[in-house]
Amino acid sequence: MSYINKPKVAHPSLPVNTLGMTRRQYEGSMSTLCAGCGHDSVTASIIEACWGLSLRPEQLVKLSGIGCSSKTTAYFVSGSHGFNSVHGRMPSIASGANAANRKLTYVGVSGDGDSLSIGIGQLVHAIRRNVNMLYLIENNGVYGLTKGQFSASADIGTKAKRGDVNSSPPIDPVLLALTLGATFVARSFSGDKAQLVPLIQAGLRHNGFALIDVLSPCVTFNDHEGSTKSYTYTREHYHAAVEADFVPLAQEIAVDYAVGESLPVSLHDGSQVILRKLDPDYDPTDRTAAYNYIGNKLKKNEYVTGLIHIDGSDSTEFHNLNHTAEAPLNSIPFEKLSPGRAALDQLMGRFR
Amino acid sequence: MEPTDTSKPDYFHRVVDCQWACPAHTDVPEYIRLIAQGEFTEAYMVNRESNVFPGILGRVCDRPCEPACRRGRIEEKPVAICRLKRVAADNRDDISVLLPKAPHEKNGKRIACIGAGPASLTVANDLLPMGYEVTIFEQYAVPGGLMRTNIPAFRLPANVLDEEIGYIVDMGADLRLNSPVKSMRHLLESEKFDAIFVGSGAPKGKELDLPGRYDSDRVHIGITWLESVAFGHVERVGERVLIIGVGNTAMDCCRSSLRLGAKDVKVMARKPRQFFKASEWELEDAEHENVAIVVNHAPKCFVTEGGRLKGMMFEKLEYDVENGDITATRNLGDIFFACDDVILAIGQENAFPWIEKGIGLEFDKWNVPKVDKTTFQSTLAQVFFGGDAAFGPKNIIWSVEHGHQAAISIHKFCLDEAVAERMPRGVTLSSRKMGMHEWAYKNEYNGVERRLVPHVGLIERFKKINIEVELGFTAEEAALEVQRCLNCDVQTVFAAKLCIECDACIDICPVDCLTITHNATEPELRAHLTAPATNGSQALYVSAPLPQTARVMVKDEDVCVHCGLCAERCPTAAWDMQKSTIRIPHAIDEEVSLCPA
Repeated sequence: MSYINKPKVAHPSLPVNTLGMTRRQYEGSMSTLCAGCGHDSVTASIIEACWGLSLRPEQLVKLSGIGCSSKTTAYFVSGSHGFNSVHGRMPSIASGANAANRKLTYVGVSGDGDSLSIGIGQLVHAIRRNVNMLYLIENNGVYGLTKGQFSASADIGTKAKRGDVNSSPPIDPVLLALTLGATFVARSFSGDKAQLVPLIQAGLRHNGFALIDVLSPCVTFNDHEGSTKSYTYTREHYHAAVEADFVPLAQEIAVDYAVGESLPVSLHDGSQVILRKLDPDYDPTDRTAAYNYIGNKLKKNEYVTGLIHIDGSDSTEFHNLNHTAEAPLNSIPFEKLSPGRAALDQLMGRFR
Repeated sequence: MEPTDTSKPDYFHRVVDCQWACPAHTDVPEYIRLIAQGEFTEAYMVNRESNVFPGILGRVCDRPCEPACRRGRIEEKPVAICRLKRVAADNRDDISVLLPKAPHEKNGKRIACIGAGPASLTVANDLLPMGYEVTIFEQYAVPGGLMRTNIPAFRLPANVLDEEIGYIVDMGADLRLNSPVKSMRHLLESEKFDAIFVGSGAPKGKELDLPGRYDSDRVHIGITWLESVAFGHVERVGERVLIIGVGNTAMDCCRSSLRLGAKDVKVMARKPRQFFKASEWELEDAEHENVAIVVNHAPKCFVTEGGRLKGMMFEKLEYDVENGDITATRNLGDIFFACDDVILAIGQENAFPWIEKGIGLEFDKWNVPKVDKTTFQSTLAQVFFGGDAAFGPKNIIWSVEHGHQAAISIHKFCLDEAVAERMPRGVTLSSRKMGMHEWAYKNEYNGVERRLVPHVGLIERFKKINIEVELGFTAEEAALEVQRCLNCDVQTVFAAKLCIECDACIDICPVDCLTITHNATEPELRAHLTAPATNGSQALYVSAPLPQTARVMVKDEDVCVHCGLCAERCPTAAWDMQKSTIRIPHAIDEEVSLCPA
């Protein structure tokens, strides 16, 4: 951590978004993570993505649990709402908040410990319920806050800083999400903002649960020789199968795409994701094919990155499934929310 | 782009904009830090090493450093560098023990300096400690040259001049006052000087030969008039005064007039304000004293009646200006301005009526001596020129630098060495890292605005001509102003082989200077950085290819605030904050000394 705060002074010709805000106005407080932590780059990507979407800070809700990754919600968009929950319980808080107000944009930031160990039961049900949120897993394969023990995402054969070799099979959040029917599944790398930023933008705009597994190296406990989640290893075993370009609503598609290699997918709000297939045999809209492709590559120690799977059909999310009220609860008059004794008696009467 | 070679001293020197812009390359950030620490004497000595006259220059320097200051590109106003120099001078202790001393045993070489202005005094300052015997010939009864005669005492008090000139003369210079040199031939033949330095300035004011110019005695040449004021020969001026010209001399003339009885002073300018030669702050000071500046009026003739000046006729002009150039001029007719005195301040030039033809000293077709731009040597090997005498009027800080360079040349000439072979500049770097996240400099950006120097009140200041108008910063204001300096000399130094491309530096940089990208041509890089690098006068740093992806780290130096956060957030110390010290060679740094061991 640093002794001084990031100075407020900014580049005099920083571009502004449609709200007239610069990227700097989407920052949060100063990071207290280790210097060089991948998570800080993910934070920077979230800032860039929110700025690019011209998101009003007060319309964003950021949620997290416990861990290095979960600290990062304090480091972006300080003007937004936030909730830092108990370890692994962020999906429940997100579900509750979302149930109460569907008009806001939800981003959950979690880690491999918070999501794949203590909170895995919560995560799978949030996916199953299709809670409308972006769920980012900052995945580094170790428990950073407790000094670098293997996490549930550690690969077989990876070496800890002190030399222990991991022998338990890893849980891969991407495969997990595919089996649970998630409609937006992506993997990226903290060191590749060009890929990550449009993924975050598309994920925020996706109607339903969007999961991005971000390989985010732990510079202190998992960036050594023998680690399979170091900066070097990730760069060497990084396989971008399909890149996504995010095209906001009311913007012309400016790039010329070669026919057959690009696939436009419309999102709920009218914006589009243009998928650029780097591997011509790959079909990101076919869940089963995607599962097999990823699994085969993982066996060869290759991380497939990009927007791995997207279901373009209007996915039925949490609110549709539960027939909830359209209006946020805080906008419904008190008398309607709490109709009083007479209404309760009437309701109870139906069960007598 | 090719990877930047930072081992060349000019790269890091350029980053320190103020030091690069200063003709004498004063180590500005270093002395500002010393002031911040309350080390005024040390700050004064850092100044003195390069600019010789910190007290004088802290008041009247043309301050090329300030328009160059990086702070001026981040917010509007640069650091008040010049007035901080004065803070060091005003608060210094007795520095006599720190001053260079001339050795008792001389080296046997005798040097003549003509004119006791800043150029000659600098030559003496540099050569006296090396054992040279220096004789300075001055036409007036006091030394100082144009600093004394042309800068009014309300801007530069006599005691400041006396003190700083005294430091040099007291080293043992043979200062001969009231001794104008009347013949160069005579000086070359009669007295045994090994070298002669001509620092006689640009003492000839330009004429304005319009009808009626010589019909009255109330039309004055600006610099001659200021000289008469300085020596007390002129004590009054008429109530209505017109100043012709808008250079810094014009500003001194109009403000002096107000102190000699004038009530209505107008500065008449031929062109619009953007073409004025005067420094912005000198214009402001004059306007603050209610001087009217009248633009777009070209002088036509002087109007006299029976030998009495009545006023001047002007042509009123209108201009079309496109992109800073005048594209068309229209005459809107004549207009008369009544006045009692006219002061001409339209320029000055050097003049050498005392240098004979045919002695081997060549002049060009404009009657300017042929002088080498690096060595300041004339076509007569033992004669050197400097200051305004060399290339026409500039300013004090340029004269000082000319003096330094001429001193090196004179020393080499006396050693029989090639004067054109100069010692190169050098740069040393040393890390400012103190601990995990601590630096040996105050790296936090301070958003405080430029402080204003307090002035004597508008009534009080006119009571006497030598009341110094500027009071200098108070301790409190100076303490704030020093915090505005960005410490540009604490450089961001990058070691490509250590970088793991984690982006931490890029994410933390408050001013978006950094980018990791694939290498490209300079225009392509400039267009595609995190923030576009539109200021072409500021360098791009390009690293060697990075180990993991062979991309390059690019830094746009333009608005870096030197906060050190890139180095603080770097996990591998690929970025480090290192203080650069630019070594500017002076005569004393030459290896061979003529002094007896």
